Amino acid sequence: MADITLEKVVKKYGALGVVHSIDLNIAHQEFVVLVGPSGCGKSTTLRMIAGLEDITGGIVRIGGRVVNDLPPRKRNISMVFQNYALYPHMNVRDNLGFGLKIAGQSPAVVAERVAEAADILGLSALLDRTPAELSGGQRQRVAMGRAIVRHPDAFLFDEPLSNLDAKLRGQMRAEIKKLHQRVKTTVVYVTHDQVEAMTLADRIVVMRDGHIEQTGTPMEVFNHPHNTFVATFIGSPPMNLLPGVIAGGAVQLADGSVVPVPVRAKAAEGQPVMLGIRPDDISPVGHGLSQDGPGAELALNVDLAEPLGMESLIYTRIAGQEVQAKLYGPRIVLPGEALTFRLALDRAHLFDAASGKTLEVR
Amino acid sequence: MSALVESRASKRAKAVALWLATFLLMAVICLPGLWVVLSAFRLNREILAKPPVWVPEVLTLLNFGKIFGWGEQQIGIPVGAYFTNSLIIALTSTFIALAIGMAGGYAFARYRFRGKAALFLGLMLFRAVPGIALSLPLFMMWSKLGLINTKAGLIIVYVSLNVPFTIWLIDGFFRQIPLALSEAAQVDGCTRWQAFWKIEFPLARSGIASAGVFAFLTSWNEFALASQLTRSTASKTLPVGLLDFTAQFTIDWAGMCALAVIIIIPALILTFIVQKHLIAGLTFGGVKG
Repeated sequence: MADITLEKVVKKYGALGVVHSIDLNIAHQEFVVLVGPSGCGKSTTLRMIAGLEDITGGIVRIGGRVVNDLPPRKRNISMVFQNYALYPHMNVRDNLGFGLKIAGQSPAVVAERVAEAADILGLSALLDRTPAELSGGQRQRVAMGRAIVRHPDAFLFDEPLSNLDAKLRGQMRAEIKKLHQRVKTTVVYVTHDQVEAMTLADRIVVMRDGHIEQTGTPMEVFNHPHNTFVATFIGSPPMNLLPGVIAGGAVQLADGSVVPVPVRAKAAEGQPVMLGIRPDDISPVGHGLSQDGPGAELALNVDLAEPLGMESLIYTRIAGQEVQAKLYGPRIVLPGEALTFRLALDRAHLFDAASGKTLEVR
Repeated sequence: MSALVESRASKRAKAVALWLATFLLMAVICLPGLWVVLSAFRLNREILAKPPVWVPEVLTLLNFGKIFGWGEQQIGIPVGAYFTNSLIIALTSTFIALAIGMAGGYAFARYRFRGKAALFLGLMLFRAVPGIALSLPLFMMWSKLGLINTKAGLIIVYVSLNVPFTIWLIDGFFRQIPLALSEAAQVDGCTRWQAFWKIEFPLARSGIASAGVFAFLTSWNEFALASQLTRSTASKTLPVGLLDFTAQFTIDWAGMCALAVIIIIPALILTFIVQKHLIAGLTFGGVKG
């Protein structure tokens, strides 16, 4: 059993706080993704789990054991680094077998485990090459192979795909997912890419400025964001946020136009709010995802349209503020075109304008 | 067509001019050295002839024989002892300077500590002091400490001359090695010490070797301080030994040149080695994607 527990973990560099007392439980064999913008403390958190960074305060447990003062080698974890960190003076075989050799395994065991990992990752033909002779994707695979040969309690990934081009990133993402399904192990994965977070995670941990903003399954985080930060960070293109005030049981936007309160939300009369609605939920009538259910219709002018084939991303304005909307179907949209858009209010969100917290009732 | 031929001709002329310029420059640089080597194989009377004899009439190994005591002609210069002294002093001081350079270079490259920048600047400033400026204070201190005319005395001097350079060079090589490699090794099960010897040291090897060869050459060739601090066969090095060929009224140029050749040979071999290692050091890669 290798669950990972963080209790009130703090990291400070001198007076500068980087991670502020975070609590996190990662279950055995769970795939958890720490996601957030640069400088949110996600990598630092991972490095504290790995033992590469001192823990200023709090407790880190791996498999029930407090590891605060243990060096990385005694934590039985393995890590895949952003720049792969392959040993340039060793060939692939020696890179894969290095950890086992250090652990004093017999050459026969090393050879067997290296062959096994090479087989899983399709590296068998490359064992005698040096890292300099490998492509980016192959290096990535070697780095993953080096992580799995040791059969560790947990894998730690530190932005492993950020050095790859878009196509390769998609492929490797799928390979990591397959790998996890095959080698069932606890995984902590750090990324700033919300697509990676959504596709890979059993559970997403959204971080900002050293705090955890929300923890939940990808669908929970996507469908029920706790605040405006999570709402705009998860999902692409980001959720539109329109400022307004609750008046007469409806949301009155900046220009005086009125939209009914979203179905799941509850707010007090006169409360300043943010109406949150994803581009997918603002569509020209007849070209949206859902046509029934509660909604509001607005006549809007198209400022700009980006055709993506089966759908188009439309830039328009609601109450003077630019919003993005989506048109489903292969229909050409022209700038300046006047269309009636439908806002799917059963999927819209309401946030308190001051705190940014959700006003959703569940 | 003619323009093409012309341009080809002018290209060739340019190349010839370039070769000529290179040749002249190299001739100026190399001529004294070549003259030393040539003179080592000539007879003293031919070297001293007036007008000068440009093309030697006879080439002989007599001068070397004289030094090593093979032939009939012998001179009383203990070349063997000088050679041993030189070797012991240069190797020991290089070894110590490398050990300190590796520890210091690694510390400067990897650790943050108070006064780091000032310390580094201080070391580099020390490099800027001409060694000869230290000869008088060194002489006074060494005579008080009883280090005059000892190998240890010279070794200490050479270590302190070389350490700033070895630290600077090795620091640069360690800096090139991503920190993630050491971290990966530690996650893979290494102690910090093992990670250094198994990962970082092999990768910085060419830089360390270059630093070692430079340090060795500095100690091997140094004359000014050694001439002040040594007296006898107990500690005199080869460059100082060259002075033995000057008597009150005569200079044995031929013998001196022969000994100079003997000094040059190890230096030359090491220079070739350092060249290879420097190139290796510049091309090591395959770390980033």
